[in-house]
Amino acid sequence: MRLESHPIVDFERGKEVTIYFNGKPIKAYEGETVAAALYAAGVRVFSRSFRFHRPRGFFCAIGKCSQCMMEVDGVPNIRTCKVYVRDGMQIRTQNSKPDAENDALAIFDKIIDTVFPHGSHYKKFNKSRKVREFATKQMRKLAGFGNPPKSIPDIETSYEEIETDVAIIGGGPAGLSAAIHAAKYGAKVVLMDENNYLGGQLIKQTHRFFGSARHRAGTRGIRIAQILEEELRQYENVDIRKETKVFGIYGKDVAAVQKDSKLLRVKAKKIVIATGAYERTLIFENNDLPGVYGAGGVQTLMNVYGIKPGNKGLIVGSGNVGLILTYQLMQAGVDVAAIVEAMPRIGGYFVHAAKVRRLGVPIYTRHTIVKAFGEKKVEGAVIAQLDDRWQVIPGSEKEIECDFICVAVGLSPAHELLYHVNAQMKFVPELGGLVPLRTRYNETSVDGVYVAGDVAGIEEATAAIMEGRIAGIHAAITLGYGGDEAKKELEEAVKDLEDFRAGPFGERIVCGLEKCVLEKEVMI
Amino acid sequence: MKYLERGYLEADELPPFPPEERINSKKPVAYIECPQSIPCSPCYESCRFNAIEMENINDPPKVDYEKCTGCMACIRVCPGLAIFMLQVKEGRGYVTLQYEFLPWLEKGDRVRLYNRRGEEVGEGVVTWALKPERNDRTQLVTIEMDKDLIFEVRAVRKR
Repeated sequence: MRLESHPIVDFERGKEVTIYFNGKPIKAYEGETVAAALYAAGVRVFSRSFRFHRPRGFFCAIGKCSQCMMEVDGVPNIRTCKVYVRDGMQIRTQNSKPDAENDALAIFDKIIDTVFPHGSHYKKFNKSRKVREFATKQMRKLAGFGNPPKSIPDIETSYEEIETDVAIIGGGPAGLSAAIHAAKYGAKVVLMDENNYLGGQLIKQTHRFFGSARHRAGTRGIRIAQILEEELRQYENVDIRKETKVFGIYGKDVAAVQKDSKLLRVKAKKIVIATGAYERTLIFENNDLPGVYGAGGVQTLMNVYGIKPGNKGLIVGSGNVGLILTYQLMQAGVDVAAIVEAMPRIGGYFVHAAKVRRLGVPIYTRHTIVKAFGEKKVEGAVIAQLDDRWQVIPGSEKEIECDFICVAVGLSPAHELLYHVNAQMKFVPELGGLVPLRTRYNETSVDGVYVAGDVAGIEEATAAIMEGRIAGIHAAITLGYGGDEAKKELEEAVKDLEDFRAGPFGERIVCGLEKCVLEKEVMI
Repeated sequence: MKYLERGYLEADELPPFPPEERINSKKPVAYIECPQSIPCSPCYESCRFNAIEMENINDPPKVDYEKCTGCMACIRVCPGLAIFMLQVKEGRGYVTLQYEFLPWLEKGDRVRLYNRRGEEVGEGVVTWALKPERNDRTQLVTIEMDKDLIFEVRAVRKR
């Protein structure tokens, strides 16, 4: 299932190592995540669900969902898509006997389903508090959550305190750009990212970007990640911390854990939150079966680790992500059965649609996925036509042959840290969900806390880079760096972004942004 | 905007064809199938001959067929794979397009031809292929085909 050649990417695999999955040895390569290595070895069931032991695969593959949680070297509830393989690593599935693939308790699923139809557990045990507490306790015992380790793991730990001007959380396009522009004017910067690479989701964008040449249009996303990183590395006042997970912000202190063992306390004067977004899911029958993946998860597997997600896919959603992913699957030698889109027209750029259409991929507008079927993994899907009121037209159902389904129906901002700092939030559908109010320089209602990129509203990478630039420069200026030159560039950056959003594709964003403008005294 | 329901352009939605004498001339001519307002302008910025007209970054490009010299700067950078170089020479048709699949194409390869709808419409021969590494792995390939097919064929696959 590993790709040996690819038209755009050269996969540089590390040294071969052996990991143990439920005691069974599996070959893997250094640099791969545990989830990717298991997937390449044919493992599809990663865990059993909270509800009656239904099989679960991974969904997002970027550490945002919890479907791939397993016990790694004795530590439970580890997202296996976020830890990298090490020789001799012991991986076990949790709370399923004998393992997730063949789970004896899955029999409950079948029995209970006949008594309580799927979904009824939301209402069933809620009548009285006592019943609910009792039922919850019993269900937790059965469910696929891990048990705490019985002894304290023998790991060497350490603690470090860092003082800095600007702490940046997230090393994607927005975070990188914020770091570059704050550092450029002399501010001391700490950039933290949970991955062992920088670039965020750019690292799987093998296609050429749109936009103007000045903003690197015509360049592939994967190269833009390299360009930004190289630019950042020119500055000595930047401290880059990879594999560093920020778990909390207390006032202006950012708390993080580096390489799973070192605790960091970053005392910052300004904070830029650039944590990106989550993949959204869609409601249809069996949408939890292994083989139903987020579009980004498939891109990660295929374009970062060079692992084929399957033989034939169905894509749900015809936005740019769905269309681009379709083309990328074909480049990796994977067939795409069809693209379904609930709206009456294609959501993404026409040119992206045209390039998969002429290679024979049908695009069904006014269609939706009704269900996935299969025992332990997707073996096919049913799609159907929708009427003007978005209801399935009876009799229009059609069976699609596929072994995986990509859900590409949008993203939601990853906003947890904004609640830690108590930023004022607002639900803005145009921006993808709950987003913080912000000034025109991307400062939130909390002094000195900025947002940039998808966490501020779902857009795309070029806009994220521009937002990072604005946040970075403003943070530097308010700390007394840069002077007039910085102020000039800041105004220029704001104008650039306005121009970029001026077309029809930016209308929705502009409309959403108007709803969350924060009119506070902005110092410049 | 019917094309957004289908994903391909029908005859009445296509940009005007280049005049016949331009197609029959010594240099190929750029034909851009990019009808939608999207924020994208690398083709416009890459053209040294001002043959591509755009009022702003969201304006769909229009080609001035008299000014186009067939230099292929635009087709090298188009992120939408929406530019095709067209030419008729000695009664045979030639289409140059961007190609990003394995195996890479080489001069002399026979390829199947597909129209905008993905239907197979014939067979062609590769007469020129730019090495993928010379253009960040987007190959440019020229395909010889029946001259009536040059306004039809928009994709190829190796036989």
